[in-house]
Amino acid sequence: MKLNKILKNTFLVMVACFVLSACATSKKTGQLQSDVYTGKDTVEYLASGVPDRVFFATNESVLTTASRETLRKQAAWLRKNSKITIVLEGHADERGTREYNLALGERRANSAKDYLMTYGISSDRISVLSYGKERPVDSGSNPLSWSKNRRSVTVKAN
Amino acid sequence: MKKIIIAIFVVIFLPIKSYSLIEVDITRGNLNPLPIAVSAMSIDENSRESFEKILKKKNIGSEISSVVENNLKTSGLFNPLNKDAFLQAPDIANVKPRFEDWNLIKAQALITGKVSFADDKLRVEFRLWDVLAGKEMMALAFTTVPNNWRRVGHIISDKVYERLTGEKGYFDTRIIYVAEDGPKTKRIKKLAIMDQDGANNKFLTLGNELVLTPRFNPTNQMVTYLSYFKNLPRVYLLDIETGMQEVVGDFPGMTFAPRFSPNGKKIIMSFAKDGRSDIYTMDLENRIVEKITNHPSIDTSPSYSPDGKYICFNSDRSGYQQIYTMKSDGSNIKRISFGKGIYGTPVWSPRGDLIAFTKLHKGKFYIGVMRTDGSGERLLTENFYQEAPSWSPNGRVLIFYRETKTDEKGDGFSAKLWSIDLTGYNERMVKTPADGSDPSWSSLLTN
Repeated sequence: MKLNKILKNTFLVMVACFVLSACATSKKTGQLQSDVYTGKDTVEYLASGVPDRVFFATNESVLTTASRETLRKQAAWLRKNSKITIVLEGHADERGTREYNLALGERRANSAKDYLMTYGISSDRISVLSYGKERPVDSGSNPLSWSKNRRSVTVKAN
Repeated sequence: MKKIIIAIFVVIFLPIKSYSLIEVDITRGNLNPLPIAVSAMSIDENSRESFEKILKKKNIGSEISSVVENNLKTSGLFNPLNKDAFLQAPDIANVKPRFEDWNLIKAQALITGKVSFADDKLRVEFRLWDVLAGKEMMALAFTTVPNNWRRVGHIISDKVYERLTGEKGYFDTRIIYVAEDGPKTKRIKKLAIMDQDGANNKFLTLGNELVLTPRFNPTNQMVTYLSYFKNLPRVYLLDIETGMQEVVGDFPGMTFAPRFSPNGKKIIMSFAKDGRSDIYTMDLENRIVEKITNHPSIDTSPSYSPDGKYICFNSDRSGYQQIYTMKSDGSNIKRISFGKGIYGTPVWSPRGDLIAFTKLHKGKFYIGVMRTDGSGERLLTENFYQEAPSWSPNGRVLIFYRETKTDEKGDGFSAKLWSIDLTGYNERMVKTPADGSDPSWSSLLTN
């Protein structure tokens, strides 16, 4: 009987630990998921409910589900405001060689551009500009800072 | 710096032909730099006064020998001895050194000289002596305008280096780089040029737009670089003398990573469009553009072999950044990097034998070299962040840049130029007035 009680208490303590640690990790993964920034710290808004940027994993230019959702909102806003033209600014983090990062920034911005075009935004309204790693939004030297810098930002041109 | 031609007179005082006991081997790591005595150049009082008036330097003889001494010291191959220990005065030593005196302080080689002011010109004679053999090894004289006094020091350094190592020197050269300032999120960048020893630093652009990755042309009179003028990143040409800038070609998208071909007639660069970057050349005379690579990947950082027949470049066509070589017409593409990690910024040595590169592996950056077929990979230095090696014209030294890690607050960022010998020894910081990045080494100014 005593053993049962000990086991039961141990079990309860373990459950408590798991619950607490789950809370701790979900706080971490709320910011970074599969190496892609998912936070809101650096995000600005083109209009109410329309975030201005999408984020990428290291070395990648693939759009995540969240990114595609953001771009759909941007496309809807652009369709409603048909006179607006935009510049897609592509960026990379500092953990790569300078020239390759310029090309990677261009590739990321083009990923976003291609997706906007599938939602009917004409290419005449979109231009692409890469800053490589030259304009980080976060000057930190850690994985979270780097993830905030791997981005494509939509900027109004007119 | 004005394009003044330096007249070099080879003046033979004694027969030059002499075997020597001194020899410096630059192919191995040098843990025993050659002890050398660099005497101040002797100068008569009238000349000293004249130069003091023109150049605002108290003793130009000492200044020139300081340039030589500093060059030899930073090469890591020589150990210039402390002048306080010298027993012979500069003027006597230049005519008839008492080799026992120099032997006493353990000098194996001795440099002496004489500076004079004649016909408004600077005249410098110098001699290199083999102290052990008790013979003169070399005697040369130079005449030039007084403002070129530092270049005389560099040319003397090159002559001494060549005589003692058998290889051409690299001291009469300049470095073009990007001078950086300001917070990491909003860096101000300007094109800057300086002598290889850090003197005569000059800015070539004002910092109003972002400028990156400059390169000299073979005659060191022009620079090609990337500018974000009017927020349109494009490759530009700049004339160092006149300051005139012009955009290269008429590309409907970002051009970047520009270099000159070995004969200076073409610019090779990347052109990015629709998410891919290909390598193109443009002939500067007839403006004809040629597409060299044709692949949906990112192809960039091209570098010609010194004979112009091959190009090495960076491509992610295999999934990650690797190094490839190809013929200069774009045919015969071969991957040459196969080690673990990501490879970038390949640069072909002026000697033609090696390709230097940046490597990223397990979060660390390396500067390394490999043979042109990819074999013999050797990593020279490791750091939190460093990249973009550039070769000295004799293919023996690499200059590159390093950035520091910022602290938790995001402060503490800096970018500095560094150099290291091919042997992996003699790693040292290259001083710049502010921060610096993207360094590129000129060829020898004297041809």
